Amino acid sequence: MKDSTIYLYILIMAIVSFIIRATPLTLFRKQIKNRFIQSFLYYVPYVTLSVMTFPAIVNATQSPVSGLSSFVVGIIAAWLGADLFKVAITCCSVVFILELFIC
Amino acid sequence: MYTGEDQNHLLTGHRPVFIQGMKDGVPIGLGYLAVSFSLGIAAKNAGLTPFQSFLASALCSASAGEYAGFTLIAAAAPFLEVAFMTLIVNARYFLMSCAMSQRVDPKIPFFHRIFMAFYITDELFGIAIARPGYLDPYYSYGAFLTSVPCWAVGTALGAIAGNLLPLRIVSAFSVALYGMFIAVFIPPARKNKVIAGLVVVSFTLSFCAAYLPGVSSLSDGFKTILLTVAISAAASIFFPKKYDEEEDM
Repeated sequence: MKDSTIYLYILIMAIVSFIIRATPLTLFRKQIKNRFIQSFLYYVPYVTLSVMTFPAIVNATQSPVSGLSSFVVGIIAAWLGADLFKVAITCCSVVFILELFIC
Repeated sequence: MYTGEDQNHLLTGHRPVFIQGMKDGVPIGLGYLAVSFSLGIAAKNAGLTPFQSFLASALCSASAGEYAGFTLIAAAAPFLEVAFMTLIVNARYFLMSCAMSQRVDPKIPFFHRIFMAFYITDELFGIAIARPGYLDPYYSYGAFLTSVPCWAVGTALGAIAGNLLPLRIVSAFSVALYGMFIAVFIPPARKNKVIAGLVVVSFTLSFCAAYLPGVSSLSDGFKTILLTVAISAAASIFFPKKYDEEEDM
């Protein structure tokens, strides 16, 4: 494939990605008063992050056992008040240590 | 032109939040490095050079979106198909951008809205929206600075080095992103029963969507959009948000 074709592909991907991200932020200048839309936008982040976390985390590791364990331990750590960095490191450590034994 | 007073305000007002953003961007950057590494391998297979892989990640910074794009490039698909695929797989960023638009200080200059939009990703959106009050663009810029270069460099490294990194390390790194997601939705779920219920429902339906015949053949990006819209809409009908809950956001 020609280099120029690949750059054109990348340009298209970049433009579409940018338009999707920038349109709402730049167009919706006023506070939305509609209660349904307000609630919807309030719930979206939590729902979408939850949907993307499980079951994907179970299949992200070499062994489903370590993935599932890091999921459970991560939830417990966050519940107990660990911050972003601590939860992430905890999850990684669980996988690393468990896989020393099972992989 | 800034007057001396404004500059002073800029330093004292924005520096701490910018540094906090940089700090919170570090774990995200570490996770990105691992994930983008595997993305770089896909880019290489599609015929991209390391520089082109770097460029694609620096400009798009979307894991699923880029991956879908690379597979289409590998198949020499029509440009329109690449555009449409990017649109569908990244549609959740549209929802995130909507959510952010409601939390922007109406007084900030317009260009901040454009710059903040540039790197809306699952993780960077997550940490920005988890902060109370108006979104601070400088917090986002700080987080961009320590995370986005990792994403772009990781993709290039993946295209160069392929499978050099030990599998054990990649495996451990790959849950860093999910750990960060968990840290975003668990604290509000602990305080708010509706959110706690939604998290459980989301896990359950997402699990079903991954394994039910028929539904499971849809792309991950599309399933995420479908479930997000359906669950959030149902929750908004049955549990409309009360105005005094604003501070919990």
